[in-house]
Amino acid sequence: MSISVKGITKHFGKFTALDNVSLEVPNGQLTALLGPSGSGKTTLLRIIAGLETPDDGTVMSYDQDVTGSSPQDRQVGFVFQHYALFRHMSVFDNVAFGMQVRKKPKDEVRDRVMELLRLVRLEGLERRFPSQLSGGQRQRVALARALAVQPKVLLLDEPFGALDAKVRQELRQWLRRLHDEIHLTSVFVTHDQEEAFEVADQVVVMRGGQIEQAGTPQQVFEHPANPFVMDFLGQVNVFHGRVEDGRAVVGGLEFAYPDYTGVESRNASVYVRPHELDLDNVPFATTHLRARILHINPMGSMARVQLQAEELDFLLHVDVSHERCRELMLAPESKVYVAPKRLRVFIPDFSI
Amino acid sequence: MSRRKSLSVLPGFRLSLSYTITWLALLLLLPLAACLMKAGSLSGEEFWKAVWTERTRAAYLLTFGVSLAAAVIDTLLGLLLAWVLVRYEFYGRRLMDSLIDLPFALPTAVAGLVYSNLYVKNGWLGQFLVPLGIQGAYSRLAIVLVLSFIGLPFVVRTVQPVLETIDADIEEAAACLGATRWQTFYRVILPALYPALLTGFTLTFARALGEYGSVVFVSGNMPFKTEIAPVLIVARLEEFAYAEATAIAVVLLAISFVLLGVINFLERWNQQRST
Repeated sequence: MSISVKGITKHFGKFTALDNVSLEVPNGQLTALLGPSGSGKTTLLRIIAGLETPDDGTVMSYDQDVTGSSPQDRQVGFVFQHYALFRHMSVFDNVAFGMQVRKKPKDEVRDRVMELLRLVRLEGLERRFPSQLSGGQRQRVALARALAVQPKVLLLDEPFGALDAKVRQELRQWLRRLHDEIHLTSVFVTHDQEEAFEVADQVVVMRGGQIEQAGTPQQVFEHPANPFVMDFLGQVNVFHGRVEDGRAVVGGLEFAYPDYTGVESRNASVYVRPHELDLDNVPFATTHLRARILHINPMGSMARVQLQAEELDFLLHVDVSHERCRELMLAPESKVYVAPKRLRVFIPDFSI
Repeated sequence: MSRRKSLSVLPGFRLSLSYTITWLALLLLLPLAACLMKAGSLSGEEFWKAVWTERTRAAYLLTFGVSLAAAVIDTLLGLLLAWVLVRYEFYGRRLMDSLIDLPFALPTAVAGLVYSNLYVKNGWLGQFLVPLGIQGAYSRLAIVLVLSFIGLPFVVRTVQPVLETIDADIEEAAACLGATRWQTFYRVILPALYPALLTGFTLTFARALGEYGSVVFVSGNMPFKTEIAPVLIVARLEEFAYAEATAIAVVLLAISFVLLGVINFLERWNQQRST
């Protein structure tokens, strides 16, 4: 393991930013720390970098305890949300900074800076100043600067957070390709689940200073550990009901749910993602709901249909392909039938 | 081709510009012109005799020398003060912050009197310093001390806001790149402060050049030794030699103008380099 943190706890005054967090960052992989604001993800990143000292716990870097060492000694590359470029220095000097303070020979510095600027596709801009660059270009300068010192790990704190949507999209695909080229162990912080899933090899979902779940994007998305993870990873329809003996009961409707066979009746929440619901003009053979269409949002690859469930007095979101949408001639106010293809039941944990 | 009057978001350009020009003319150019006129009433030879004697040359040299010294001291001290006020949280910080402006409000004559009383042989500080051979009153050192006091707020107040805009992440970035604290300071923070420091330096320097009220009380006004140009001008006035007095003033003005021009040029050059 390149980076491994154990039992990290950090308080800011009375606020607990991290509560006994342990995490392993696999070598050569891109790990995303994902969570809402205040979940402790940035604090964890800053502790790995040495910019923050934990109250308790250890940080290991390539089997060395670096908990007490300064950022200068950790050989980490850090990319900040707001670039943190040196305003009075040219692009060249910004990238060269880390090598210059280490007193590397001039020729070596120049060659390395030029190589890095080619890598981040900014060749020819080395004489510009940060104020003459766009946001995306600035962030690439920041990345080149961080890579210049040949760090053991690259840490990125919401690197695309300050950029507009299109540039952001481009940059994250580019970051993924760059990572595939150089295979540098990287950790990046984001609150955007789409970004985490698109870029990362490992996703770590955090909340309230703790890790809720860690795994590959596939694992986390397909098998969310708890309702929070389920909810955080995208829109979801939540029904409150009960589970009993292999069935989930919501309102007057019963759905088969073999995971809880032989369990006595309990309160539970049923989670269904918008793409896991089927929609038709005619009733389904299985248990289904009747619903009235409120609104159709045709954005993206699927049309998202907002419905009012008639039996349950409840709002539903269903993703339907555009062809299917035309086929069924869906329109606001039309009556349709909805059935889940797949559902997940979480029994509330009373210990909380 | 039709011409359209371009509309500006902020109206009142003409009004504000004419106001500015009137103001400049009435308050700045008119007195300056009067000064030049008065000095012009002297013949070339008379003018030269008035402005270029051994005594006046000593006074010019002293004036610019002590002003430069005070400006340098203030730039260093002011940077330190601004740094402390911006970077650290401590008890009494606000009080300290408001005390900085005191030299602006204090009549400079009061400053001069207080300084000379502190540093004379039996003053609070003088009783210890004079036996050590440090003459803090009626000497060149005395002038530098009092000018530093008067100019200090300029540097603090120009550097402070700039220092506040430097984000902590700049320093963190430098640290992650392997820079020591000292390298971070002189390679990253200090260059960002150069324009503000230069402005503060210029203001202090200009202020010191024209200072009269405090210096007259601390310097002792000994010709060739501690007599600054403004004091010399007043001495001429007391002799009712008005034209000669203005002639010295004109020379003082001309040198100041050139020096300030050079500093402004440096400032602009520095700005162009970094934008």
